[in-house]
Amino acid sequence: MARLITARLVRLGAVLLAVSFVTFMMANLLPGDPIDALIPIELQEDREFVAELREEWGLNDPVLVRYGRWLGNAVQGDLGKSYITGRPIMDEITPRLPITAQLMVVSIGLALLVAVPLGVLSAYREGSRTDQSVTAGALLGISTPNFLLGIFLIYFMAVKLQWFPAVGWVRISDSFTGNLKSMALPVVSLAVAEAAVFTRLVRSDMIATLQENYILSARAKGLRDRFILFRHGLRPSSLTLITVVGLNMAGLIGGTVVLERLFAIPGLGWRFFGAFFQRDYMMIQGITMLIAAFYVIINAVVDFIYLAVDPRIRRRV
Amino acid sequence: MSTVGFPSTEVELSTTVRQGLRGRLARMSWYTRICASWVVVIVAAAIFADFIPGLPDPNYQGFLFGYDKVGEGPSSRHWLGTDSVSRDILARVIYGARVSLIFAVSAVASGLLFGGVIGSLAGFMRGKVDAAIGFGIDVMLAMPGLVIYIFFITMVGKFGLVWMCLVVSVLVIAPYARVARANALAISNREFVTAARSIGTNKARILFREVIPNVYPTLFAYALVSMGVLIILEATLSFLGIGMPIPTSSWGNMIAESRRDLAINVWPCVWPALTLILTVYSINVVADWIRKDVAARTSALS
Repeated sequence: MARLITARLVRLGAVLLAVSFVTFMMANLLPGDPIDALIPIELQEDREFVAELREEWGLNDPVLVRYGRWLGNAVQGDLGKSYITGRPIMDEITPRLPITAQLMVVSIGLALLVAVPLGVLSAYREGSRTDQSVTAGALLGISTPNFLLGIFLIYFMAVKLQWFPAVGWVRISDSFTGNLKSMALPVVSLAVAEAAVFTRLVRSDMIATLQENYILSARAKGLRDRFILFRHGLRPSSLTLITVVGLNMAGLIGGTVVLERLFAIPGLGWRFFGAFFQRDYMMIQGITMLIAAFYVIINAVVDFIYLAVDPRIRRRV
Repeated sequence: MSTVGFPSTEVELSTTVRQGLRGRLARMSWYTRICASWVVVIVAAAIFADFIPGLPDPNYQGFLFGYDKVGEGPSSRHWLGTDSVSRDILARVIYGARVSLIFAVSAVASGLLFGGVIGSLAGFMRGKVDAAIGFGIDVMLAMPGLVIYIFFITMVGKFGLVWMCLVVSVLVIAPYARVARANALAISNREFVTAARSIGTNKARILFREVIPNVYPTLFAYALVSMGVLIILEATLSFLGIGMPIPTSSWGNMIAESRRDLAINVWPCVWPALTLILTVYSINVVADWIRKDVAARTSALS
């Protein structure tokens, strides 16, 4: 067990290192010089100024040296400075992180809350009208892009009915209800597709589990159906779900970019997109690294939860 | 594989398979049939858009010449009406389908070709090859698609269909390779692979004649599902303004452009949105049907 965990941690570190290397190399080797991108052509006439700037930004050193320096700083929590604002990237990211994290966690939570009962019900009544409509609804949820759902919600809920604000974000420290209201539409837009994916997974895994012998024996013992479904059936059926929840949660960091843009939410995705338009290489690189780190760590955590949920795997290890 | 067994049984086998396929098509529910036909209609419209009689140019703005009005309702001239600058919505939806499909198909082709072979190689060879490829896949998958796309496009600094397809074609290799690898691992343990090994068939031949042909059926089902995802991705990118440059008609562009006038006229937004959802939905229904078919066939084999 301990050996397994160490092996996983080593791999985690290796993947992170490789990701940082690839990101850094792409940022530096692909065409496009920060001087060209950021300094107006008139100012570039001033050779001395450009040379000074190159020295200051450390662009004169070989790329491997620069990577080493960047990595050394990065492990100490310093991702460098934005080329545009001149502020440390960490300082710009930290206040935005909780907003994106809240969007992610709440929408995944909401999706699970809807998906697990629906999936179990659908599997329990496989082939019935209920099952058919749940399956069709889930497919529709998967087929609808989240930004489109966001537009519909803004149009009906904010513009027509005026129940929720159309755009903007209220921090939870400012007003709790205001925070809930500003969060509602983007969270629902994100949660629908996730819920659809989860429902399909729970349904298909549950159908497989219900064929097992121990379900038959539980039934023979005279246990109530609901007890069998949620106590005997759900746990072994939730393994794929856990993996996918982890993957999608991490993937949502990308997904929130669109909705933060649509709803004008000042989160990580918003900043990332702003940096894209400003050609702020350092910022793009920093945020990409951070997101990759998140992704890898969440996946590692999922692996450990896996071990906790299924004793059969633990024993095999 | 070398031909063992009598010719007569081979003939019998192939006819049962064909009957099975015809039978499966016959048993297709009306619901799946409608979805499959919709996909066919969209694909045909996208391919033959230039030859549809009476279909205006998607960028022609009639009101500049005093012909059409802005934001018209459906008419015999414009079946779905016109948008906020009097362009024909039907034409724009059809040409938008072309962009979506080129994008999705080129990415899927790259995934099937490179991802499929690389993944099969890893699953079949195991050992160091597998470890190296597996690590590469992990690294590529560690970066969420949209983020890495924006990263790429920032660094390259270019837009347009070719760049979009190129970047996404690279990005899809990793997930396809992962699916192919998992399948190849299972297939490499099957008796016919062991049989081929035991008679001394060389590895390349086993890989290409035994393993890969069996990896692909499952991979095709995955390809259809990812086709839906890719169509949504194209719309998302164009909607964000980092996909197809305007005024090229793409579903995402149409939705982004008409969103500003939503309070005045919803139809220029509704038509591309509806087409997009219907198309992805239909593709997913067909994918589900094929997946059941593939699953049924593999379970019958083992």
